Amino acid sequence: MADAMVRAEAVHKRYGLLEVLKGITLEVAPSEVMCLLGPSGSGKSTFLRCVNHLEKINSGRLYVDGELVGYEERGGRLHELHEREVCRRRTEIGMVFQRFNLFPHMTAFENVAAAPMLVKKEPRTEVLRRAQTLLERVGLSTKVDAYPNQLSGGQQQRVAIARALAMQPKLMLFDEPTSALDPELVGEVLDVMRALAEEGMTMIVVTHEIGFAREVGDTLVFMDEGVVVESGAPREVIANPQHERTKAFLSKVL
Amino acid sequence: MPLRHPGRWVATAVLLVLAAMLVHDMVTNPRFNWGVIRSNIFSSPVLHGVVNTLEVTAISMLVGVLLGVLLAVMRLSPNPVMSGAAWLYIWFFRGTPVYIQLLFWFVISALQPTISLGIPFGPQFVHLSANTLVTPLVAAVLGLGLNEGAYYAEIVRAGILSVDHGQFEAAQSLGMRRVTLMRRIVLPQAMRVIVPPTGNEVNNMLKTSSLCVVVAFPELMYVSTNAAARTYLPIPFYIMACCWYLVMTTLLTVGQYYVERYYARGSSYALPPTPVQRLRRNLTTLRRIPFTTNAAGEP
Repeated sequence: MADAMVRAEAVHKRYGLLEVLKGITLEVAPSEVMCLLGPSGSGKSTFLRCVNHLEKINSGRLYVDGELVGYEERGGRLHELHEREVCRRRTEIGMVFQRFNLFPHMTAFENVAAAPMLVKKEPRTEVLRRAQTLLERVGLSTKVDAYPNQLSGGQQQRVAIARALAMQPKLMLFDEPTSALDPELVGEVLDVMRALAEEGMTMIVVTHEIGFAREVGDTLVFMDEGVVVESGAPREVIANPQHERTKAFLSKVL
Repeated sequence: MPLRHPGRWVATAVLLVLAAMLVHDMVTNPRFNWGVIRSNIFSSPVLHGVVNTLEVTAISMLVGVLLGVLLAVMRLSPNPVMSGAAWLYIWFFRGTPVYIQLLFWFVISALQPTISLGIPFGPQFVHLSANTLVTPLVAAVLGLGLNEGAYYAEIVRAGILSVDHGQFEAAQSLGMRRVTLMRRIVLPQAMRVIVPPTGNEVNNMLKTSSLCVVVAFPELMYVSTNAAARTYLPIPFYIMACCWYLVMTTLLTVGQYYVERYYARGSSYALPPTPVQRLRRNLTTLRRIPFTTNAAGEP
């Protein structure tokens, strides 16, 4: 059990009186691709943001690669971690956002090379070589010097994936990576993600792309109102949902 | 038939008459003393005054900008002591007139004849005489710079707040710490919002530096006022000072144009050509015309 990449035990998250996560328990094994599905407001994005401590959880336990997220357990009590340590752990988790969030004042190449140089202080030549390789891998070797606003949404999202991969993470979080894209640009981003999954990257993907979940996902988790309603192998959950809520949701998106 | 604009002709006529009246007065009124202006505008004390004005403006602005960035980051800090201290500073320095602040630094030696560093109510290690430490230039820079810092802090804060929240999250998710995030991601983007009001602030600072008359710093206004008092000819010397201020602020406007272009990179597909680029392009086209086209513009 200790070798899970992500382990959540009764994770609760509140904003004021509003309880967004009401006890999430789940596990992601190394090299597993988990797809989180659910209506908006079901807490799936919030859960993803808890995993790299962009949000603090209110109770429960959340482990990434055996380490508590944002806290340290000493003498039976949880101690909040110093910013330095939170940041070090974040370098091991890549995140891709719905709105890309590329740095607009940097070229595609600089976007990819910035964090390894500024955060990890890696040697320049090494970073430059890796950034070049990564941009080639996402099919953008001709766009290295383009600024984000000169790129299409699909290209921007592929740069964003390369930027996250440049830190050589052991876990990738995708927060609705294709929701802000024109329908015909969705495919190019999903192709990159599929290739990444085939290379054995551990991934948690919040998505509405049922096709992607079915073909690439190892597990599908359906969430609603802050709880996991049902989970299992994607094909089974999609073909034969057990809960009324899942049936209702799938009937609308399929 | 194109639309006619009689209003434009009326307005032009009215303005031309007013302009003619002004020119007539400037030419015929002997009290303008144009000769005095002509013989003094490039004289050595005046030029020194101009250089001193630029010097005190530049140093005060530098102090103001550095202090402003620091205060803005403090104001937005999660540390309540930091944000409280910054708030208090801005409250005080924006709440009192810069004229009094300047005067205060000028007479600081009356309040604090010696400046000592050490433990409060305990032993003091360094003793300095305020009179030798706070020269007119130092008083001017303290007065203008500390005041500017308070205003500039609000400009920088507005710039930081204008940066999309997703940028903070993206930088955080890459493991950037607050200092790196501010310096490398947020501030460069905030610059686009910060630069235009900064031009305004430099322009203001240049003119507000004329208040340094009260701390006896020999900048342009001090020199002009002295000359005016000496010769009993205030009008030409004040006009002369205005001419210099206009020249300096005009040059600043040009500089600001180019700084804004620099920070606009990545914000639009193609920047329009600068006036210099446009001029060069026009000149090259002109040079080509006689050889390739006839008078009608056809080849």
